[in-house]
Amino acid sequence: MKDKFDVIVVGAGPAGSMAARFAAEQGVSVLMLEKDRDVGYPVRCGEAISKKGVEEFIQLDEKWIASKISKFSLISPDGTESLIEFGESGYILDRKIFDYELAKSAANCGAQILTRAYVNGLLLEDNVVAGVKYEYQGEQKELKSKIVIGADGVESRIGRWAGLETFTDFRNMECCVQVTASNIKVDSNTLYFYFGKNVAPGGYFWVFPKSGYSANIGLGISGMEGKKRSALYYLNSFMEKNFPDAPILTSVAGGVPSTITLKRISIPGMVLAGDAARQVNPLSGGGISSGMIGGSIAGRIAGESIKMNKPDHILTYEKVS
Amino acid sequence: MYRESRTGKLLIDILPGKCDFCGCCVGICPEDAIELKEAEISIIDHRCTNCAKCIWSCPVEAIKFNKEGILV
Repeated sequence: MKDKFDVIVVGAGPAGSMAARFAAEQGVSVLMLEKDRDVGYPVRCGEAISKKGVEEFIQLDEKWIASKISKFSLISPDGTESLIEFGESGYILDRKIFDYELAKSAANCGAQILTRAYVNGLLLEDNVVAGVKYEYQGEQKELKSKIVIGADGVESRIGRWAGLETFTDFRNMECCVQVTASNIKVDSNTLYFYFGKNVAPGGYFWVFPKSGYSANIGLGISGMEGKKRSALYYLNSFMEKNFPDAPILTSVAGGVPSTITLKRISIPGMVLAGDAARQVNPLSGGGISSGMIGGSIAGRIAGESIKMNKPDHILTYEKVS
Repeated sequence: MYRESRTGKLLIDILPGKCDFCGCCVGICPEDAIELKEAEISIIDHRCTNCAKCIWSCPVEAIKFNKEGILV
């Protein structure tokens, strides 16, 4: 591996992979670092995306489409159901495969990828970000780069290290738990949303069907509500009431920053993308397509900036994203 | 011997057995006082102010307040 890259992307989720791809497409050298051993796993996500949000970035492929969505069912606290039909307008993804394919598309454009690489600091030169410090196979290492793209998710710390104020107020954090359960007999083309203070206060409960009578089931509650009861408490009570015998295949927690995008997401030598920049739809908590859009713009601008040899060009990112 | 936070005894305890390493607490921590690796989590004692926001934001009840203080 080289000891210097034009662009280093931290995090290999949808935003990171798009940033890596759009930068690499311009012929600059790109390395994407991922702290986990696998790209795409664990899946901390409801996995729903609109058709429009996904088509822009990757050719549809049955292998990562778990179900095709044409209806929304909104269920009020007293159980009243409103069914809205759209026609085929979205998908439930198999994110494990989807993220993997996105990372592969970045690799196919020339980006290098390193997993199990935990970024724990930034290199600064005259107060300008000039690379990353990271731990790899038990060793502390450093890598220089002209631009760092922080796509390190809800737990992003990279912006703070560069001097940006990036933490999310706990009241704006949607605290989520989800399971993949089987033996769930629901319509496989409908997204089910449950609302109410006994179900998911300050958020909503979702049942998103996947293939073969399995479903992604979960909820988010606001951090404010978490003062009283945890998301896990609400998940357990919903499952007991509605799907008491459903075998649970996976069980994951996660956080969704339900807030407006950060005021500053670029600083000399670094830009943020995806959840790290809080590029999330604050109403739905959806962040896959907005993260990919943010990542693609970040990658493109980083590539342009290097090709033009104009470091300040990356500061235009805030205006276009 | 108790662990020391920035504001006295450390009172926040992360239970690694319950933690899912999701990063919720890291995202809300105003002090950048939580270190999260792939499946390891720890508090950076000297930055923590015992504000308890991480406890409220934890989806799986993996962070607890211990008014006695956390032993080294």
